[in-house]
Amino acid sequence: MPEVAVKSLAQNWILWILILPLLGFGINGLGALVFPQKYPRTLSNIVSCLVIFGSFLVTAFGLWALTRSPEDAYFTQQVFSWISVGNFSVNFGLMFDHLSAIMCLTVTLVGLLIHIYATGYMGHDPAYARFFTYMNLFMFMMLTLVLADNIVLMFVGWEGVGLCSYLLIGFWYEDWDKAKAGLKAFVVNRIGDFGFLLGIFTLFWALGTVDFAGMRNYISGHPLEFSGLTLYGVKVATLIGIFLFIGATGKSAQLPLYVWLPDAMAGPTPVSALIHAATMVTAGVYMIGRMSFVYVHSPFALAVVACVGAATALFAGTIGLTQTDIKRVLAYSTVSQLGYMFMAMGSAAFAAGIFHLFTHAFFKALLFLGAGSVIVAFHHQEQDITRMGNLSKYLPWTHRTVLIAFLAIIGLPPLAGFWSKDEILFRAFASGNELLAQYRLNYALWAVGVTTALVTAIYMTRWMILVFWGGPRMDEETKHHLSESPQSMIIPLMILALGSALVGFLGVGPLFGVTNWFEHFLEPALAQALPAEPKIALFGSERMLEVTLLIVSVLAAITGLLFAYGIYLEKPGLADKLKEKFKALYLLSYNKYYVDEIYDRTVVNPLLKTSYYLLFRFVDVAIIDGFMNGLAKLTQLLGRVLRRAQNGVVQTYLFVFVLGIIAAFVILIYYLFRSQA
Amino acid sequence: MEWLLAHILSVIVFLPLVGSVLFFFLDREQARAIRIIALLILALDFALSVWLFLSFNGGNPQFQFVERYTWIANWNIHYQLGVDGISLLLVMLTTLLGPVVILSSWSQVKDRVKEYHIFLLLLQTGMLGAFLALDMILFYVFWELMLVPMYFLIGIWGGPRRVYAAVKFFLFTMFGSVLMLIAIIWLYYYASSFDYIAILNFLGPEPLTLYFQLILFGAFALAFAIKVPMWPLHTWLPDAHVEAPTAGSVILAGVLLKMGTYGFIRFAIPFFPDAVLAAGPYFYALAVIGIIYGALVSMAQEDMKKLVAYSSVSHLGFVMLGLFALTAQSMQGALIQMINHGLSTGALFLLVGIVYERAHKRQISDFGGIAKVMPVYAALFLVVALSSIGLPGLNGFVGEFLILVGTYLSPNPYSKIAAILAGTGVIFAAVYLLWMYQRVFFGPLQKEENKTLQDLNPREVFYLGVILIFIVWIGVYPSTFLKKSEATINSLITQVQARKLSENRPRNRFAEAFPPGAGSGKILSRGGK
Repeated sequence: MPEVAVKSLAQNWILWILILPLLGFGINGLGALVFPQKYPRTLSNIVSCLVIFGSFLVTAFGLWALTRSPEDAYFTQQVFSWISVGNFSVNFGLMFDHLSAIMCLTVTLVGLLIHIYATGYMGHDPAYARFFTYMNLFMFMMLTLVLADNIVLMFVGWEGVGLCSYLLIGFWYEDWDKAKAGLKAFVVNRIGDFGFLLGIFTLFWALGTVDFAGMRNYISGHPLEFSGLTLYGVKVATLIGIFLFIGATGKSAQLPLYVWLPDAMAGPTPVSALIHAATMVTAGVYMIGRMSFVYVHSPFALAVVACVGAATALFAGTIGLTQTDIKRVLAYSTVSQLGYMFMAMGSAAFAAGIFHLFTHAFFKALLFLGAGSVIVAFHHQEQDITRMGNLSKYLPWTHRTVLIAFLAIIGLPPLAGFWSKDEILFRAFASGNELLAQYRLNYALWAVGVTTALVTAIYMTRWMILVFWGGPRMDEETKHHLSESPQSMIIPLMILALGSALVGFLGVGPLFGVTNWFEHFLEPALAQALPAEPKIALFGSERMLEVTLLIVSVLAAITGLLFAYGIYLEKPGLADKLKEKFKALYLLSYNKYYVDEIYDRTVVNPLLKTSYYLLFRFVDVAIIDGFMNGLAKLTQLLGRVLRRAQNGVVQTYLFVFVLGIIAAFVILIYYLFRSQA
Repeated sequence: MEWLLAHILSVIVFLPLVGSVLFFFLDREQARAIRIIALLILALDFALSVWLFLSFNGGNPQFQFVERYTWIANWNIHYQLGVDGISLLLVMLTTLLGPVVILSSWSQVKDRVKEYHIFLLLLQTGMLGAFLALDMILFYVFWELMLVPMYFLIGIWGGPRRVYAAVKFFLFTMFGSVLMLIAIIWLYYYASSFDYIAILNFLGPEPLTLYFQLILFGAFALAFAIKVPMWPLHTWLPDAHVEAPTAGSVILAGVLLKMGTYGFIRFAIPFFPDAVLAAGPYFYALAVIGIIYGALVSMAQEDMKKLVAYSSVSHLGFVMLGLFALTAQSMQGALIQMINHGLSTGALFLLVGIVYERAHKRQISDFGGIAKVMPVYAALFLVVALSSIGLPGLNGFVGEFLILVGTYLSPNPYSKIAAILAGTGVIFAAVYLLWMYQRVFFGPLQKEENKTLQDLNPREVFYLGVILIFIVWIGVYPSTFLKKSEATINSLITQVQARKLSENRPRNRFAEAFPPGAGSGKILSRGGK
């Protein structure tokens, strides 16, 4: 472990990053509740965008200050003591270090662009004030999650973003399906949060503190004690790692808890872009980065993270191949890309995972906003990509910008996605995690990653062809009304396109003769990766290995692109023929491997039935209450019998009286004799 | 002023009772005057308890503002009141909910207004007295005093099955109380005092044998467990709640159930520490069953009020778990969770009452999409539901989190398992409350009769707003309240630890606890005093 005696510099500006969105939430929320119909739309738009812009400026300032400070110093701010009981104490404390700076920048920049975009997208929705209230609350919660200096406060943000996600997915609550999707998201996330809570308990039990700096100091001071600590025979580092990762599978939509994310597309598209692509769903990755100093002590937990990530990446990618909803394809793509990030984290390449998080935020937000632009062009009437086509003609700017995001996500050089994805594949291959290496899982991870790259290229090309390139399949009437979106939506698209094209250069590595700025910047905040021993024998040198892997992954992307181009554009009939030929596989993918149905049959319905019939009707009403009422009946019955004794006949009373005296004497004599004996 | 502060506890306890005398000068027809007077009395009572709260020294673990007068000299019975960190918060909760329920029944209760308010005021005195009494007999008197007005509130102003529910409520509670009375008298023969502090001081150097501890603990525990209610003694609760008028449900959930948990923390735990440690795992089990079972059964309900009622079984399971884990975090958490449950579940009953007043129905399936016509109501309902779910930033989280983390840390070998199982309750809580919320508020507004539902009026916004302030306050800055109880809880834990009969406790505690012929001697030799 590196020395963690970093300087923390007390600052008082950090809180403003949080206060501003909270202010926006307050203003718009009051406006929406107190003046339901009269709250001016312009005011709501301006307030919500302005506060995010403010947060962005403070973040930018912080980032600048961070680069000017000594090497690994970071900024902290203690606001107040939140909960303090016995030796357990949690502060509302903030921490602006290299990791949270990058994350804050992503959240506020992409968030700002999406807020601006949303003023256009929600331009005709009557509930605009409520929408921006929730959006600003989300920003507050997300930034709390990011800036928290302890894991309990992080959990506050963690649950808070879940709440906002719930509110925004079900934003159009009058639609049953949308309301249901919101509930599903909340409940599935709660399952993950349960794991997160157990992780916090175990952390506090083992380390006696919940502050990141405190935990990190303790572990770096007592690495052997910590490594050797066990609970119920399991290494504590592994327990913590797994518990927290359960939380991450919920929030970041990994197997087996990913099911809520595709349904979450029911929310307005800016929400899908901001929460369900760029920021909230990456919280799990961020959390693992934050806790990397614990994870490096458990190769097993890391291996689990990597394998689940890789499995999710491929699994979700294959579902994306056949979906027809313009946003659902992107949703599965998000799940798949998040899988990549976890693959990186699990390979102990923490900086690479965060780097992909960073680039992905740009191009995936752009793809979603592009899809939103298409939906607006169709006047919110159509989301089925099989009834679109040739939109490049009607939406030229949307098409141009989305094209950049498309090239970025499939990983063509030199766009952002290429650099980050390539870094992950290389790091997975050369993983320093001894456990992965021992079972040669690092090669498997890499192979899965490359296959996923191929699959990604196929489904994304298909998406582009069906939406923008192929022949038009909508009716004349619809076609007649198609038009490009307003400026407020196009300008954010352009900025994001710029980002998707360029941000990758921040992470160009030694292969090209420069230091990896991104990795270097994050170094103080992340635990050092496990000592890597790249398997370079086959390739002669690490450099040759990296070049070879790079070529393979680019080839995979190009293959996928050409394949999809061939079957959907060159010979359009071919796709249907393939569909017929592999009907079973097609249906499996189209129906999302029937996972929702399986969960319903094995978990949801049995639980509801057990609760109602077994627990409520049978145990509660019939047995417990039946027993109690039976007791009451018995008492009544007894009373009825005993009442007969009180029949008012004096002779009976006298008889019983004498009987009683005799009995008393018998007992008395018995005891007297017994005690003498 | 000085006199007032010296007798502030008596004033707080008896102000409602004395105030209700005013009603005898009022005519039955003057409903508005009756309401206003009741409101003013209880508001004044709340103001006094705020004063008490501010004057209370949180650093002192002892009883404060103690008043002591001889009541029945021959029996060594005293009128003795006192407040410590545990009762302080519960008094605050009681006096806060008092004016709130008067406001909530402003337009709901139109029948026999005078009697209704007299019973409410009487109930208030009973509850406050029970929380503040430091003499076992005085406590018992107040304990029984609470039963009567609640019995009538359910039985007269309740729903269609009110008589069944009222009798059931009365019998269940009565059954436990009688055993508790026997235990109190037994204790008197041992410690020759009804004075709470004297008994505690006596038991310190001369603890009961484990055998007698278990018997007496059992008697106390049964009375309190029925009140909490712990699974499987909870079946009176849904009936009582469903039939009770809104105010009755709010007081029942908000305060009366706390009598049970308060009884544990005030009497059962400090009096019988060894019995508590021995019975700990069994109470863990019952608490965890209560948490999960209550949540699952709650999920299966079709009546909103019944759903909230069953959720109490789950929430109070958390409190019981925290109490028996016996760590600083878990007990502080349990205490704050008692307050939280009073606020959140009280508010949920108020909210259900509001919609019932308008629509005269409570079945979940009778609604759907009403967020459209009642947006403010929907917003407040959501915040309260989220607080009950334990969303961080609102009060429920602070309590549940402290309980779970405290339980996880407890040295009891079953603690971690108990904490993990109890943690699943957090998931189920989200399911039953938000699923209900979704079915009531979301979806298309199809039912014709629901399209004309009125949103909240200012009076309703006001009294819900008061509760919301505390929901947020405890969630964001719980130190205000935790600080007041910290010293008391710490001293309680130290006492319990110090009074253990021996450190090396036998593994199979119940087999050790009941050896043949155990418990002879000591108690008999002191008898007849």
